[in-house]
Amino acid sequence: MSQAVGHRTMAGTPAARRALSQALVYTVALVLAAIVLVPLAYVVLGGFRTTGQIAAQPVDLPHPWITRNYVEVVSSAAFWLQVASSVVIAVIATGVVVSFGALAAFPLARYEFRGREVLYTLFTLGLLLPISVAALPLYILLRQLNLLETALGVALPEAAFGLPVTIVILRPFMRAIPAELEEAAVIDGCSRFAFFWRILVPLSRPALTTVSILAFVGSWNAYLLPLLVISDPNRWTLPLGVANYSSQYTQDTARILAFTALSMLPALAFFVFAERRIVGGLSGAVKG
Amino acid sequence: MRLVGSPDRRRFHPGVGSASDRISRRPAAGRLRERVEIVLFIGPALALYLLFVLLPICLAVYYSLYHWNGLGAVTDFIGLDNYARAFQDEVFQKAVAHNFTLVALSLVFQLPIGLGIALMLNRRLRGRAALRLVFFAPYVLSEVITAVIWQLMLQPDGLVDATLRAVRLGGLVHLWLADTRIVLYSLFVVITWKYLGFGIILFLAGLQGIPAELNEAAAIDGAGGLQSIRHVTLPLLGPTIRIWAFLAIIGSLQLFDLIWIMTLGGPANASNSMVTYLIDRGFRRYQFGYGSAAAVILFAISLVFAIAYQRYVLRRDIEGALTRVAA
Repeated sequence: MSQAVGHRTMAGTPAARRALSQALVYTVALVLAAIVLVPLAYVVLGGFRTTGQIAAQPVDLPHPWITRNYVEVVSSAAFWLQVASSVVIAVIATGVVVSFGALAAFPLARYEFRGREVLYTLFTLGLLLPISVAALPLYILLRQLNLLETALGVALPEAAFGLPVTIVILRPFMRAIPAELEEAAVIDGCSRFAFFWRILVPLSRPALTTVSILAFVGSWNAYLLPLLVISDPNRWTLPLGVANYSSQYTQDTARILAFTALSMLPALAFFVFAERRIVGGLSGAVKG
Repeated sequence: MRLVGSPDRRRFHPGVGSASDRISRRPAAGRLRERVEIVLFIGPALALYLLFVLLPICLAVYYSLYHWNGLGAVTDFIGLDNYARAFQDEVFQKAVAHNFTLVALSLVFQLPIGLGIALMLNRRLRGRAALRLVFFAPYVLSEVITAVIWQLMLQPDGLVDATLRAVRLGGLVHLWLADTRIVLYSLFVVITWKYLGFGIILFLAGLQGIPAELNEAAAIDGAGGLQSIRHVTLPLLGPTIRIWAFLAIIGSLQLFDLIWIMTLGGPANASNSMVTYLIDRGFRRYQFGYGSAAAVILFAISLVFAIAYQRYVLRRDIEGALTRVAA
């Protein structure tokens, strides 16, 4: 009984209560972190095992560590072709959407003209339109334009569908840049385009970085459009390669894991490097 | 020398002065020049957008009125038959129901869990930055990679089953992706794994905008931790929660990649979404007219929802963006 009383008084002191709740918080946080990390570790570590080992013992560390799966993937031409294809498409899509988006956001933010809000609404309407809704006609259109099986056939629609979020992020940013700067530039004989290029673009760098990252990651991860547009395995992007690899080698789990691990590394590396920008951009976009 | 437009500051403050007032005070040449500039600036983006976004949507409406296999001429006009067929098709009805189930599950489970984690991370906590990074990581992985990983982990006797058996919960083991009664919930767990981090980040951003003084004042007035959360934090977090809910609902209506790779909408159509359904009908069965009708229905649902949400829920929260639709 004395024990129970002692326990109650101990839990009653504020310091003890704080320690207890702190311990609880850390436990929950660790469990949640494990739920996120275990699947990722499963992929990376599984790539160092053999399929036989994985089948016999799904939860285990590699012993011995086998590098054959990774070596096979890294030394296959297909993997690097897919990386190259993904890079080319993502670079084009990002370049187009950021340059076109910035150009369009400028008058939408700083000019006054009739129809401006209608135009802006037209662009924001695109936020509701994923490529999937337009997929069937888009495919027909790309066929008519002879863009099937080309990088442009993937990159240009991706850029077009990326315009809404780009403009929605850039417009308030460009609008917030003080009018005095523009007046000063005008007095110095700056043309409107010179103002845009020499003053607005450099000042908008944070927002431009954010939209670039969003566009790049979006294109890098895209699946449906490349799936429809590109049927030639030599031109596949990485997501197509991963999806196909996993259905082609259904029996060889370890190889799938190695391939998947290697293909998620660029995205994760990029993410660790750019987390702040992505997070900032997303919360910024949401605040409109 | 007004070639660059007037340095009239009013131009930068929308709503001040009527349009005719401004135009009459500007020389015609300057106005023309400004028009040309606007066209040059907006033209490329608008052309790209019209060609690859709006034109396909209009074409979808057009194709949806025809019986067409995607090849040859579009001649077999059948009016609204494709729509009638979609509404009567049990598989499509089920796909719509699956989407709405996922919407409901997201709101019911992801909101409290995400909020709880965000509140936890908002306290002084060692390793908070690292935890934030960890929770957010799945969001940047593609749905393809997420799907492949979980497909392997959920296969019979895979990691998930082995873990359950190891902690003596072997009785819970199911055919996660092959049982028609369970597959949708399995997919929901995977979706939550991938997208919960996004909600957490959003809520954290919202929480950090709430001044600490408010909760301190509540504490001084005698409010406990939970009371303070309920009466101070949650109301102030309202705008963030409403935006999150909007994005979660739209996202749940438009799911494709993950489902397509993990189940192809199966088994026996038990996990079809509207998009897997329309892609299947269009590209695997060459029913381009019918698939387009399904796409138009999906878009209509999204649009009606978005406008209603703007009008009744979000109106006060955000300036710009889609509020203009309702305005």
